[in-house]
Amino acid sequence: MRLRSRIAIRFAKITSGLIRLMKRGSGVTLPGYVARRIDPGILREMAGQVREKTIVTMGTNGKTTTNAILCRALETEGKKVIINRTGANMLNGIISAFVLATDRRGRLDADYACIEVDEISSVGVLPELRPDCALLTNISRDQLDRFGEVDITYNKLLTAVRSVPDTTLIINCDDILSYSLAEESGNRFSAYGISEQIFDDISRSEIRESIFCRKCGKKLEYDFFHYGQLGIYHCPNCEFARPEPDFTANNIEMKGEVYSFELDGMQIDSTARTPYNIYNTLSAYTALKALGAGYTKFKEMIEAFDYGNNRESIFMIDGARVQLHLAKNPIGFQQKISLVLKDEAPKDIIIQINDTAQDGRDISWLWDVDFQYLADSSARRIITAGTRRYDMGLRLKYEDVPCETTTDLRASVIDCARTGTKNLYVIVNYSGLYRTNHMLSELEKGVTDQ
Amino acid sequence: MMRLTIGHLYPDLLNLYGDRGNIQCFCKRLEWRGIEAEVVPFLSGDEIDFSRLDIVLLGGGSDREQELVCGFLQNIKEDFKDYVESGGVVLAVCGGYQLLGKYYKTDKKTIYGLDILDITTDWKPERLIRDIVLDSPLFDRPVVGFENHGGRTDIGSHTPFGKVTYGFGNTGDSGYEGVVYKNVIATYLHGPLLPKNPHVCDYLLERALQKKYGEETSLEPLPDEMEKKANSYITDRYNDRKYILKETIKRHT
Repeated sequence: MRLRSRIAIRFAKITSGLIRLMKRGSGVTLPGYVARRIDPGILREMAGQVREKTIVTMGTNGKTTTNAILCRALETEGKKVIINRTGANMLNGIISAFVLATDRRGRLDADYACIEVDEISSVGVLPELRPDCALLTNISRDQLDRFGEVDITYNKLLTAVRSVPDTTLIINCDDILSYSLAEESGNRFSAYGISEQIFDDISRSEIRESIFCRKCGKKLEYDFFHYGQLGIYHCPNCEFARPEPDFTANNIEMKGEVYSFELDGMQIDSTARTPYNIYNTLSAYTALKALGAGYTKFKEMIEAFDYGNNRESIFMIDGARVQLHLAKNPIGFQQKISLVLKDEAPKDIIIQINDTAQDGRDISWLWDVDFQYLADSSARRIITAGTRRYDMGLRLKYEDVPCETTTDLRASVIDCARTGTKNLYVIVNYSGLYRTNHMLSELEKGVTDQ
Repeated sequence: MMRLTIGHLYPDLLNLYGDRGNIQCFCKRLEWRGIEAEVVPFLSGDEIDFSRLDIVLLGGGSDREQELVCGFLQNIKEDFKDYVESGGVVLAVCGGYQLLGKYYKTDKKTIYGLDILDITTDWKPERLIRDIVLDSPLFDRPVVGFENHGGRTDIGSHTPFGKVTYGFGNTGDSGYEGVVYKNVIATYLHGPLLPKNPHVCDYLLERALQKKYGEETSLEPLPDEMEKKANSYITDRYNDRKYILKETIKRHT
C-alpha cells in the first residue's frame, strides 16, 4: 500500500478518536473527509483491497433494508463483509466506513463490500469503487430541495452508472424510470419485478412520477399500478414495455400479519409485514444471484431476518404498544398509512415533521401523500409535532381530519401511553428518528417520571 | 347555492412539489362556506372548454415534462388568452408561471409558452432553492412559501406579485417575485402556496365569485388559526437575524 494512503488512514483514525473523545456526534463523515484530503485516491485503494466483490445499493426507497439483507446473506455463508451505516452514504461517509474498518497496519479484512450510496454522491463514488454490481431499488421524488427534480436525480444516476460500464445493474423493471435508465446506460442488467397485484388502494397515492414514454413521449398504458409509477406498463406507440423479470415472487399471500411467497423455487415464510419488503427481498436475491454468492442458505436466512432495522421498532410503554416508523418521502409515507389502516384496533397517532437539511427543507411533499384515509383509521387522537407541526396540521385540516399539535413529543407519548388506546403509532421523518428511538427506549425502561 | 368550477391543467405532467394542495385549499375553503366546488382535471391532450371554468390552476413540472406540455399548450393558446383577458382567474405556479410567458430557454432548448404575459425565462445551472417570504401590496399578511427553480424570469413592465423580504424571487437579484396581471397570479412559490396563505386563496376565490355572481359578492371569514400559525412560523423564522446567520453558515460548510 502507498505511504500516502497509510498516512491518510492514520489521520482518519485519529480524527475519529478525537470525535469520540469529545462526544461530538457519531463521527461518520469527518474521518472520511480527512482521509480524502490527504489521499484523494483513498477510496480506490480501499476498494481494491476487498478480496471478492463489491456491490453498491442506490435508489429512493429501500436502500438500507436491501443492503442489510445482502450483508446478512453473505455473512450467513461465512463471508467477511464491510458495510456503511445509515446516514453515511455520501462520499466522506463511505470512505470513513472503509478506513475505520482497517487493522493497525491499514489493511482491510473483507471478502465483500456492501455499500449504500446516495443518489447525488453516486457520480463521485461509483468510478472510485468500481463495483461488480450496482443495485437500483427505484426512483421517485425525494428531497427535492437537494435534487431539484426527479429528472436531475435520474441523470445523476445515469452518469454514475455509465462511468462504470463493466458493472452489472440490478433493477426493478416494474419501475419505468429504473428500466429506462438500465436501457439507456448500455450496462449489462438483471431485472426483478412482481407480476401480481399485491399493494392495496391506500398504498397507491394519486400523485406519481410522470408516466410518459422516454423513447417517444407518448403516455404509457398500465395493466395495473403497484404504487407510485411502479406497475405493469407498455407504450401504445412504440415497442417499449415492461420486460419479463429474471426473478419474481409468486403466489404472494398474507398469513396473519406477515407475507409468504415463492421465489426461485423456494417457499418463503417471511417476517415481512409490508409488501415493499417483498421488493427488498427480491432485489437482494437478484443481486446475490448476479454476484454468485450468498444465496445457498437464503431461505433460512430471510425467514429469520428482522426487517425492522431500527426504522420500525416496537416498544412497550406503560402497557401500551408503541410503534416507531420512519416516513421521509411521499411513497414511504403512503406505505405507512396503508400499514396503519391494516390495523383495525383503536389507536393514537403522533406525526413529527422536521425540516432540517437532512429531512429536506421543503415539506410540500406532505401534500403528495393521500392523508384522507386517516379519517377511517380508528384514530382517537392525532397529534402533530416537530418544527413543521402546523404544516402537518394544515395537511390534515384540509382533509377534515381533526388533530392537535404539541411542542413536547415526549410528554405526548407519555400521555397517550397512559391514558390513550394503548396502541400508539409514532411516525417521524429523518432527523427525528434517532432521538425519538432513544427517547422511546428510555421510556420503555421505565424512566417516565422526570 | 353558489358554485365554482376549477380546471386543473395537465395534472399527469405538472404535479410537482405538492401543488395539488392548492386545489384542495380552493375546494375546502369553498365547502366550509357552503359553496359548491367542482374540480375538472384536464389530462394532456384533452379538449378544454374555458367557458365553463371559473378558476384555472397551472402547476409545475420538470423541464422535460414542461416540454411535453408545451406541445399541448399551443392548441389552447388562443382560448386561454381570451379567458385571461376577460378576467378569468388563474393561479400559475413555477413551471406554470414560466409557461404563461413568451419562452423558457434552457441549456438545450427553447420552450415556447402561451404568450399571455410579456415575460421571458432563461435557465441557469445554479437552482434557486430555499424558503421565501414576500410582502405583497394586495395583502396585509406576508406571503410565505418555498422556491425551487433553475429559470430566471424577466417580468419586463409587469406588476410583481410581491417584494422579496427573504429568498431569491424572479431572478435572484431583482428583489421581486411573481406577476399579478388582471385576475392572474403567477409565482414561483410552492409550499403549496395556498394553505399557508389563506388570504391569497380567498383573494382568488372572491375574484372568481365576483366575476360569476356580481361585484358585491364577498366571502365569509374563516377562523384560520392553524393557517396563521403555519404562516407566522416561517415569517418569524426569517425575522430572526440569528437564525438567518446560522442557516447561511450551515449552507456554506
